[in-house]
Amino acid sequence: MNVDVQKSPKAELSLGDVSPQILQFDTSILLKCGMELPEYSITYETYGELNREKTNAVLICHALNASHHVAGTYDGDEKTRGWWDNMVGPGKPVDTNRFFVVSVNNLGGCHGSTGPASINPKTGQPWGSTFPVVTVEDWVEVQARLATRLGIEAFAAVMGGSLGGMQALQWTIDQADRVKHAIVVAAAPKLSAQNIAFNEVARTAITSDPDFYGGDYYAHNVVPRRGLKVARMIGHITYLSDDAMDAKFGRNLREEVLKFNFDTEFQVESYLRYQGDKFADIFDANTYLRITKALDYFDPAAVCDGDLIATLANSKSKYLVVSFTSDWRFSPERSREIVEALVDNNLDVSYAEIESPHGHDAFLMDDAVYHNLVRAYFDRIAAEVAYDD
Amino acid sequence: MMTNRSSSHRQDYRIISSMIREGATVLDLGCGDGALLAHLKQACGVSGYGVEKDDQKVLSSVKNGINVIQADLEQGLSGFADGAFDYVVLSLTLQTVHETETIIQEMLRVGKEVIVTFPNFGFWRHRVQIFFGKTPVSKELPYQWYDTPNVHVLTISDFEIFCDTHSVRILEKIVLNEQGARINVRPNLFGALAIYRFNRRGL
Repeated sequence: MNVDVQKSPKAELSLGDVSPQILQFDTSILLKCGMELPEYSITYETYGELNREKTNAVLICHALNASHHVAGTYDGDEKTRGWWDNMVGPGKPVDTNRFFVVSVNNLGGCHGSTGPASINPKTGQPWGSTFPVVTVEDWVEVQARLATRLGIEAFAAVMGGSLGGMQALQWTIDQADRVKHAIVVAAAPKLSAQNIAFNEVARTAITSDPDFYGGDYYAHNVVPRRGLKVARMIGHITYLSDDAMDAKFGRNLREEVLKFNFDTEFQVESYLRYQGDKFADIFDANTYLRITKALDYFDPAAVCDGDLIATLANSKSKYLVVSFTSDWRFSPERSREIVEALVDNNLDVSYAEIESPHGHDAFLMDDAVYHNLVRAYFDRIAAEVAYDD
Repeated sequence: MMTNRSSSHRQDYRIISSMIREGATVLDLGCGDGALLAHLKQACGVSGYGVEKDDQKVLSSVKNGINVIQADLEQGLSGFADGAFDYVVLSLTLQTVHETETIIQEMLRVGKEVIVTFPNFGFWRHRVQIFFGKTPVSKELPYQWYDTPNVHVLTISDFEIFCDTHSVRILEKIVLNEQGARINVRPNLFGALAIYRFNRRGL
């Protein structure tokens, strides 16, 4: 979930400049919370070309704090390289020479799609606190509508890591006829109490910031920076493993002697504060609140009284499920719960548990075993696409 | 735990596919590169999954179009429901597992029937080598004593005693020599490879 962890060193194998597009939707959407949104706009990017039969489309879903900007750069600026550029691009595991990749900034986001900072057309004011709490199901519905507008009847694959993987899983439940493969990476079938607890700490940090103003801070020309920063620091800790943090920072000090005050002394403190500040510059606090809620609410089996096997009974997809050994946010056990439910339904699934010291963030890393596996799986998908043609 | 499987060493494929019903569900433990499941898919229209621990073999299985689940057999098969598969196959892997009793019990739990293949330690060539004071090395047991993944080598007699004492009912038994021909006379002496199909007694 740390969008800055991995910059591709092989720029020549990457997409060059890309640009986001916006689609306006004038058909209302009834959200799971019960609220109806009469209109909304969605920002998205596409890479590669949709084939004549429109069978080679791949949807990439983003996680907590990423966006539609998956790969490539803006205006030749390396700093703007997309968050999954090592995975998606020409010659990459998700090869844009073969696939038409679509990525969406989810509804409620803060990177161009309609969200809390957008203007509510009824009031002429930013939505702020009145923007609805959106869910994974709502996102899948919006993504499906976007697909329809792009002329895509079914995705060859829907892929995502973490919360993105949860969307891929939800796709196979809600849109069973419109997704052939789901690639579910570092995800879980629902959050644990500990997961929700971390999210609640993050939300409390935001809502208790004096600059939050109950969510209507836009009118005051302030943002709850401090809250958002703390939220990001908390989140960041959960994305890394104890070992990875130890290897990266240990107990190293910025200066050689202890100062006996509360300045940033340890390297790890400095790193977390830097990450928090950087995030507070680019992310909207209201969006963060809603996305953490979407995570907490994600529990597709709830409609079947907690029976995940029954929930997946109507799926027609094939699956690749991937977890990472040191991921304690969504541990391999959580991925195995998904795999077991798929096996119990006799659905096609392959599962890999990648040895990695990098914790939850491993899903964003350029790891040979992981990437070769995804590449091999997409080779299979490409062969099916070619066969169908 | 390692498997002894390689795609070239597969004379038991033919026998295994002759034991398996058309369209059955199969769990292949220690599936290696997925060649057996790929073969069974083609020959018998089976569906199912391979279980494999090794990263490279998991990758090969994905390349071979097999459903593969990365897991260590020694941890048991807790991810699979009782009676979930028509057949659970353990091909040329029995002699490499540490928790042999547990794994066989788990296979009997998850599968309606179990198929196991293993190199026969009682094969005469092995006996000759032991007689001359050497640890046997053969086509079926190609390793030196110091680099072998085999921890529980066994003979056909050993296995049948095990079945007798562990409520295992043998449904079918096929023994092959080194050339892949069937051995019916004194199999524990002349047989190089044993293939058993069995279930739990009392079912």
